[in-house]
Amino acid sequence: MSAPGMNAPLLEASDLALRYGAVPALDGVSLAIWPGEVVAIVGESGSGKTTLLRVLSGLLPPDAGSVLYRDPEGTAQRLEAMGEAALRRLHRTDWGFVHQNPRDGLRLGVSAGGNIGERLMATGARHYGSIREAATAWLRRVEIDPARIDALPRTFSGGMQQRLQIARTLVTHPRLVFMDEPTGGLDVSVQARLLDLIRALVADLGLAVLLVTHDIAAARLLAHRILVMRHGRVVEEGLTDRVLDDPQHAYTQLLVASVLAA
Amino acid sequence: MSATTGYNFGYLDEDTKRMIRRALLKAVAIPGHQVPFGSREMPLPYGWGTGGIQVTASVIGPADRLKVIDQGADDTTNAVSIRRFFARVAGVETTERTAEASIIQTRHRIPETPLREGQILVYQVPMPEPLFRLEPRVAETKRMHALADYGLMHVKLYEDIARHGHVAISYNYPVMVNGRYLMSPSPIPAFDNPKMHRNPALQLFGAGREKRIYAVPPYTEVRSLDFEDHPFEPVRARAGCALCGSRESYLDEVVTDDAGGRIFVCSDTDYCQSRQARQEAAE
Amino acid sequence: MAYVAVKGGERAIEAAHAWLAEARRGEPAVPELGVDQVEEQLGLAVDRVMAEGACYDRGLAALAIKQARGDLIEAAFLLRAYRTTLPRFVAGAPLDTGAMRIRRRISATYKDLPGGQVLGPTFDYTHRLLDFALAAEGEAPPPPPEAPAEAERMPRVTGILAQEGLMQPEARGEAPAEAEPPDLTREPLAFPAARPLRLQSLARGDEGFLLALGYSTQRGYGNAHPFVGEIRMGEVAVEITPPELGFPIEIGEVTLTECQMVNQFAGSKTEPPQFTRGYGLTFGHAERKAMAMALVDRALRARELGEEATAPAESEEFVLYHCDNVEATGFVEHLKLPHYVDFQSELEKIRQLRATALREAAE
Repeated sequence: MSAPGMNAPLLEASDLALRYGAVPALDGVSLAIWPGEVVAIVGESGSGKTTLLRVLSGLLPPDAGSVLYRDPEGTAQRLEAMGEAALRRLHRTDWGFVHQNPRDGLRLGVSAGGNIGERLMATGARHYGSIREAATAWLRRVEIDPARIDALPRTFSGGMQQRLQIARTLVTHPRLVFMDEPTGGLDVSVQARLLDLIRALVADLGLAVLLVTHDIAAARLLAHRILVMRHGRVVEEGLTDRVLDDPQHAYTQLLVASVLAA
Repeated sequence: MSATTGYNFGYLDEDTKRMIRRALLKAVAIPGHQVPFGSREMPLPYGWGTGGIQVTASVIGPADRLKVIDQGADDTTNAVSIRRFFARVAGVETTERTAEASIIQTRHRIPETPLREGQILVYQVPMPEPLFRLEPRVAETKRMHALADYGLMHVKLYEDIARHGHVAISYNYPVMVNGRYLMSPSPIPAFDNPKMHRNPALQLFGAGREKRIYAVPPYTEVRSLDFEDHPFEPVRARAGCALCGSRESYLDEVVTDDAGGRIFVCSDTDYCQSRQARQEAAE
Repeated sequence: MAYVAVKGGERAIEAAHAWLAEARRGEPAVPELGVDQVEEQLGLAVDRVMAEGACYDRGLAALAIKQARGDLIEAAFLLRAYRTTLPRFVAGAPLDTGAMRIRRRISATYKDLPGGQVLGPTFDYTHRLLDFALAAEGEAPPPPPEAPAEAERMPRVTGILAQEGLMQPEARGEAPAEAEPPDLTREPLAFPAARPLRLQSLARGDEGFLLALGYSTQRGYGNAHPFVGEIRMGEVAVEITPPELGFPIEIGEVTLTECQMVNQFAGSKTEPPQFTRGYGLTFGHAERKAMAMALVDRALRARELGEEATAPAESEEFVLYHCDNVEATGFVEHLKLPHYVDFQSELEKIRQLRATALREAAE
């Protein structure tokens, strides 16, 4: 465990602020995520958690504050100074983004194999056979029958589409994956299977994950640490068990209570 | 000013030629990159070679000797029309011999006779954007070129092989120029693509309607996209030319009756006639 | 060898051109159409060709129509190909349509207004019944009633709304006032296109295409709530400032049709609710084109006004790249040119793919 940067955060944000008109979407948010760590950002819709994910992943520039990212060589880079080309490269190599709606993360007119292969090809893979092999292996890994490799994702169920999106994202072995409500919009039984799969993959691959969810149960299952957001501020943060079993902030208590009631 | 036509030498005014030459210089400096230019309305319709004509008009001089081909042939109607246009507005000598021409304007073919240093090949380009079938928005394709974000094109090739066992592109087959820019070679058959690679001649591309110019300088690397285990393969009819017997040239299929009768002849008329002349002389 | 390659492209072209000339003339016993007759009696065709040919010259437009056998897109093309050879001396001063010598002026938003409604020469309220008297080549029509002598200056409806602060003021643009507007005939389109460039492109655009797009915004493909604030048609003076003089001089008059559509706008974070403008301006009397252009102009402003832009008429690239009928007709018609080489490569490819598929099916 002596890889460079192992003892430093992978991503570090300080004092992020962003307003939509008069509404503060982010108000002095700071956070850090270490290699191999799963951090959940929880809160109601409108709390600013999706905005935070977009800012952290460089999709949206903040009004103030900065985001530092440590590349595989251990050099810290300021996201806002990176430029679009470098950011895109990052998004297709060292980072991944799993959207809530698989249709936003998949090419529906391209076969399952092509979807998985795209990131490989974008980063220079030019051997058709190896791309097929990687796609087959990843289909198996996300529990999709490899015989469906040439099928179009629009013929897949919602749960399969989401697993395909995960395979497509993880194929280049990113170190950091952003997930925006990855189980949203799925049936409860399908959700459970997907959460299990994500947990296993994260552990196997040693991924760092920033997970946005309003589902406290998902956060408990996956996350090492939890940040609770409300009105664009982080109102409480700590280890998952501590935050959920012994919430300090009144709002967190409400969140935890409402899930227990449900 | 040419007294016989009332138009400037080469039809275009000198300011326009300078503007186009500036675009050409930029294009040569950045091989494969599409340079926007102030394409003029020409007395021929858009899509009929206005880009190629403007490029030719900007580089041609009184001492040049011009060859114009369409589908490889000098006597197809559009080639005749364009050759007559230049004979009229520039008064230059024209030729049908590839080896004798200093400028060759072409639609859809590269001559079979290898080109040499000092020659200029001007391509007429209907659609300069190699990505337009995958992404119709020009603003977005510009961004993709700027970022060299070409994964999508490879996905298309992957899908073809997965579905058909082969890449299903037979003409206008995309190429990577100088390892940087994805480029449309214009609708030449894929068979001609390898001729672009490290060609000693200067290759200029004009798209009048889309208002873009691009270039491949002499001896530039031009690679057809492919996979290591599915290498690019130029396709031609498996036959010999019925006139000159060539088994190397690109062939047109000629239907001789309505009962399935067909023969194949060279698409490059100058190449075919030269071979026939040599064979006759040898007899 | 039985096969001889087809030759004689040159002779074929010459023969076709001779044939075209004969077909254009038609039956020689019928008197030949004079260019002046086209100019005087097919005036709206002349106007359309000037607008889409982007060249204000009635005589040349009439000649183009005659030469093109009445094919108006072909005529616009002829006019453009001529226009492109002309030197460009100077950019004119902005036209003052407020000072137009008005022949027609109507508003759908106010019943009466200073200057009044002037119907002028219009097909509106005619009954579309074929007039067989015209076929009989009747006498000259009776003179129209006298127009009132030099009417009062007619304020524009949008100006009346603006006095109340209800009309969004037009941005003057970032460029200083004396900066020349962009010129599509010199510089290629680039996106995002500023409004002056968009309007220039629409003014040259195909009437049929703009009509269909404008219509689509009324049918729900777009967010249009238009009112015709005003349509006016008449003569406007053209002024230029020659560098050696340093002051503007009038060089002539052009006939123009201007349409100002008034559209609802819900307001944004920075602006209160108000009316916004869709603007149409064409050479000659071309009311349908001016109205369609105003609808499309307003649709293309969706993004700048913070509205959702999803309809075809709201897509800048889609509209501007496809509204030019000279470009469109060239590219559509180029499909007539020989494509044997490409088709041959397609043939070989299809045969190859079929062979692979059949072989796999057999295995």
